[in-house]
Amino acid sequence: MPLLAAEQVSFPVLPALIVVPLLTVVALLFVPRHRADYLKAVALLGTTITGAISVQMLASFDVDDPGFQFVSRATWVEDLGISFFLGVDGISLFLVVLSGILYPIAILATEPHHDAKPYYAWLVLLQAGSMGVFMALDLLLFFLFFEVVLVPMYFLIGGWGHGNRVYASMKFFIYTMAASALMLVGILAVVFLTAAETGVTTFDVTQLAGASALSDTAAMLVFLSFALAFSVKVPLFPLHTWLPDAHTEAPTAGSIILAGVMLKLGTYGFIRFGLYLFPEAAWNVRWLFITLGVIGIVYGAVVATMQTDLKRLVAYSSVAHLGFIVLGTFAFNPQGIEGGILVMVNHGISTGALFILVGWIYERRHTRQISELSGMQKAAPVMAGAFTFVMLSSIGLPGLNGFVGEFLVLLGAFNANRYAAVIATTGVILAALYLLWAYQRTFHGTPTETDLEMKDMTMAEGLSLLPLLGLIVFLGVYPKPMIERIEPAVEALVAHVDAHVADFADTEPEAPAERTDAGTLTDALHEAEEKKEGK
Amino acid sequence: MVEAVWLIPALPLAGFLTILLFGRRLGEPLAGWVATAAMAGSFLATVATFFGLQSRDHDDRFHVQTIFTWIESGSFTIDIGFLADPLSIAMCLFITGVATLIHLYSIGYMHGDPNFSKFFLYLNLFAASMLVLVLGDNLLLTFLGWEGVGACSYFLISFWFQNPSNAGAGKKAFVTNRVGDFGFMLATFLVFHEMGSIRYTDVLSGAPELSPGVGAAIVMLFLLAAAGKSAQFPLYVWLPDAMAGPTPVSALIHAATMVTSGVYLLTRLNPVIAAADGWVGPVIAWVGALTALLGALSALAQTDIKKVLAYSTVSQLGYLFLAVGSGAYVPAIFHMITHAFFKALLFLGSGSVIHGVHDEQDMRRMGGLAKFMPITAGTFIIGWLAIAGVPPFSGFWSKDEILIYAWEESPLLWFIGLVTALLTAFYMTRQVILTFFGRTRFFDATQEEIDQAWENRSAGAGAELTAARADLDKVAEGVAKAQADVDKRAAAITEAEGAFADAQAAVAAATEGDDGYDKLVKTLTKAEKAVPKAQDAFAKAEAKLVEANEGVAAAEAAVADAEAKVSSLTGARLSGPSVPTVVTAKTEAVDVSELEADLPESYAHRQGHPPHESPWTMTVPLVVLSVAAIVAGGLNLPFTKGLHFLEHWLEPSLFANEHHLEASGAQKWLFAIIAVAVGLVAIVTAFAVYLQRRTDPTEFEQGIAPVASALDDAYASFMGGPGRKLFELLTWFDRTIVDGAVNGVADTVKSLGTTTGRTVQTGFVRQYALLIGFGSILVMAWFLGRILL
Repeated sequence: MPLLAAEQVSFPVLPALIVVPLLTVVALLFVPRHRADYLKAVALLGTTITGAISVQMLASFDVDDPGFQFVSRATWVEDLGISFFLGVDGISLFLVVLSGILYPIAILATEPHHDAKPYYAWLVLLQAGSMGVFMALDLLLFFLFFEVVLVPMYFLIGGWGHGNRVYASMKFFIYTMAASALMLVGILAVVFLTAAETGVTTFDVTQLAGASALSDTAAMLVFLSFALAFSVKVPLFPLHTWLPDAHTEAPTAGSIILAGVMLKLGTYGFIRFGLYLFPEAAWNVRWLFITLGVIGIVYGAVVATMQTDLKRLVAYSSVAHLGFIVLGTFAFNPQGIEGGILVMVNHGISTGALFILVGWIYERRHTRQISELSGMQKAAPVMAGAFTFVMLSSIGLPGLNGFVGEFLVLLGAFNANRYAAVIATTGVILAALYLLWAYQRTFHGTPTETDLEMKDMTMAEGLSLLPLLGLIVFLGVYPKPMIERIEPAVEALVAHVDAHVADFADTEPEAPAERTDAGTLTDALHEAEEKKEGK
Repeated sequence: MVEAVWLIPALPLAGFLTILLFGRRLGEPLAGWVATAAMAGSFLATVATFFGLQSRDHDDRFHVQTIFTWIESGSFTIDIGFLADPLSIAMCLFITGVATLIHLYSIGYMHGDPNFSKFFLYLNLFAASMLVLVLGDNLLLTFLGWEGVGACSYFLISFWFQNPSNAGAGKKAFVTNRVGDFGFMLATFLVFHEMGSIRYTDVLSGAPELSPGVGAAIVMLFLLAAAGKSAQFPLYVWLPDAMAGPTPVSALIHAATMVTSGVYLLTRLNPVIAAADGWVGPVIAWVGALTALLGALSALAQTDIKKVLAYSTVSQLGYLFLAVGSGAYVPAIFHMITHAFFKALLFLGSGSVIHGVHDEQDMRRMGGLAKFMPITAGTFIIGWLAIAGVPPFSGFWSKDEILIYAWEESPLLWFIGLVTALLTAFYMTRQVILTFFGRTRFFDATQEEIDQAWENRSAGAGAELTAARADLDKVAEGVAKAQADVDKRAAAITEAEGAFADAQAAVAAATEGDDGYDKLVKTLTKAEKAVPKAQDAFAKAEAKLVEANEGVAAAEAAVADAEAKVSSLTGARLSGPSVPTVVTAKTEAVDVSELEADLPESYAHRQGHPPHESPWTMTVPLVVLSVAAIVAGGLNLPFTKGLHFLEHWLEPSLFANEHHLEASGAQKWLFAIIAVAVGLVAIVTAFAVYLQRRTDPTEFEQGIAPVASALDDAYASFMGGPGRKLFELLTWFDRTIVDGAVNGVADTVKSLGTTTGRTVQTGFVRQYALLIGFGSILVMAWFLGRILL
């Protein structure tokens, strides 16, 4: 394989993560359009294989290596230094794995109801795109994937969505596309400005980050062009209004992917292409993003509280959760950034599960209006139990996954900017308010006739949800393996920022020099007693 | 044997998992026994750990057991690990002990509930969380337990979720507690920020180096947290509502264990309090004193047997904060333990009462129950004497100690404490009298039943009136018919007379012997006879008409009667028997003899089903707890140093921060005598008012009642008013302004686009999207081809 510039790879893992879904799309084209069951099986098989490969990659990921692993590179346009350059580090690792496992679950847990063939084709194509966007280390390649994922999602919302789907899909597409147009200009600017300085034209992110040849003003402008695209994608207040519409009108699988994977493009972009490429610019405007993140946390929660549509409520809760990620990212310390990455993954799991459950409620009741549901726990105790569980994870109950990331974000933020952290922490009160209140109105209370006829969760549904429930517990009780893999890359990033920013302030408190144990307490006791006697 | 410490939370956790997986198969009562056994095992593990610690040197009674690293991020490291020290093990002993008894009790109490195993599932999870809270070797693990108990409390308050008010109470508890959690999280951040670690070994040993201001900030934030979980002013409003949960839950979670978490937390962090500014202690003490007083005032006029105990718990928890703020950590823990015993006893006793009187919670419907449920009454009386501070019951010893410390903090605090003690003895005596003594009001008709009887009766009278009216209509119809008959008969006479006259004329006109003459004569004879016949019939019809008219009068009288009856009912109802809203032991039975026949089924049913004593699974825990409530004072008797067992035991965990009393022995005796005297005065007064009814408490109760709901109402009107308005405003802002701007831009672009660019661009996003899609697939295919070939 002469064209493979990869260092040590024998099996091209990362390209496989893109190729397998693409091949699956091809396979889907050959399945008769009226055989929804075959189509589902093929789509499920393809995405599961992709998921399995991503898990295999996770297993062989080198914990201690802060750099990019499984690197795969092929030159595309040699003169312009554009290449098909893929790699995974601790920052992108779990987003790739999340994209790997969320798709089969979304396919398993939901039904298209009509036109199964294009539905599955778009969905599987979306997996290829999401994989690519998290692995791309070439700016142009990243941009390509970043834009490409819009297409399948546009068709999924427009073709298989609910009531106002045409408006929602159009809004989603135009809003996010328009915002990223400027990013393309930014990309070309950074590449050619760097080339003018160094004489090497390259779209290679690692080289561009190392060169840092832009003037302060140029770097700031380019950073802001990136930031605009990412802010819409996150979405950050006040650029968020496409999200509730898209989420609410999307078919369940679309909502799961939208929340689990696509929202993370923005927050991932901030870390990978914001902090990494433009450390100084990002550092200098961190106050802006901390402010917007904090506003998002409180504002998203308040608006979520007042929603009358269950799915819209979950959508607004995403605005709040994503605010946490941005806050953590711009705390510029390991706890904040690592916490942010954890929230990315955990939000994908919890909110994905919430969307699945809301989808099931909708299929049974043909409504998502909170006022039309009541006392469902009576007829559907198992579903109520699952909902409660996922709800508590989303609220951030310690011991479940949501807590770890949120806590680390706030901890990091507190050290970076105390007041922002204080306001953001009110988000934990509000999160309990909107979710518990919604639960009280829908699952608790006196059931009506219709509520009593509701079917409980089936065994098959339960099984499709089980992996997510398992992850909720596992990542809550034992997040260490995950943080361990994220940390080297984050610390390298913080060091990178430190090296490139003159007035960078390390806000991480120092741990006590020695690990204390029970004996320390005995010593402290002696000291206290002596002091008292001395008085 | 301190290595057994991990088993303390692990066993209830195992019980939880077992019931989670097999609960439905285990069913009733096996699931309950599994849960109880897990708790009993946890108690034994605690005892083992206790002896393990005790066998060590006094100052070496700290043991840290690390299970695994939980979170490690940068310089922040946190383990799942346990700290066994005198404080945590003292907590564990009474938590596991009381929890075991309450698990056992619940087997009887929850009998027949469709969600029997689910109840024990939550109960075990609660116990595990509570023990993690106490044993955690760092602030974050304590927080895990803190949130875990909060979640279980939420599940259990809204256990009977179909009742909307239960569901509301559950949510209220959780959200109010989250306000406290906000403080907990910020305090944790601040500790990490200042000390670089949140492990207790670092925090407790490093605390003396904290600056006083930072220490004060940390303590105040933790005080906020503690005020949530331990129901202190201004966050106590959730606890009275939490009584919506099953009674064992009230006893275990909302009286004995979870609500003491805040006191535990502050006691645990005593070195931080010591390092903080001097005003920190008084603030804690004043929060406690205010809560104690408010809680006691709120309890005075409650009529729900559990609400009295709920406000009493708020009040007693205030006592604990008063103690902690006065530097009286040992008395705080001492009173926490005795309170756990007697308050759990009182709650379980009230549960037994509720069980015995078929789910009635209103004390006005009780009275004289002592003869129906002697064990419950006897044990409840012990609990009452303990909480009222009557020596030698346990509450006296622990409360008395707190009061002395409060005096040394500030005489005003002591005075508030004393007033609270007075009120406590008063409302508890009232409760005992209303529940167990005097006439048994259980059999009395309730106001609802009386109302129902009146409804029944007026329904009866209404039916009578309708019937009388129908009767009158029928009679009137008869009259009309008779009249018609009379008219008909009168016409018949005229006709007959006419025929006779015609016949006479015909005969006169004819000549005898003619053809047909005979025939005419015959006709004449016939017509002549017909006349009197018709007259007869007429007379008969007339008689009938008279008769019918007489019937009308009778029917009209009947209608008037029925109408009078209906209208008199309204008056009778107003002046009829009604159940008093404020009762004493002397309150007479409502005379319902005249309504007897109309009372609903429930009344008769109750006469046949008198109150009954509870099964042994419920009475055994009552007896055990009452023994504990009597003797627990022995943990820390004041007489000689050698009797200060608890003080001696807790000493290492307090790092010499316990306030040292300056009062002399004689002064202590004086304080004790005052306290006992005040308690006795309150008891005697309550007896005079509620047992002998020397004075009518109605006005007093109605006057004091609003105190209980004032704060709650203020919150509710804020949340329902300005708070909600603000939320709605933001939502409107989002829809109209933020999203409106987006749509505005889109519309502008669209109108520009349609005028200029229609020929170039089609404007169909679908088409653009498809093009981009195809294009990118081609590009990717090309790439992949290059890579793979």
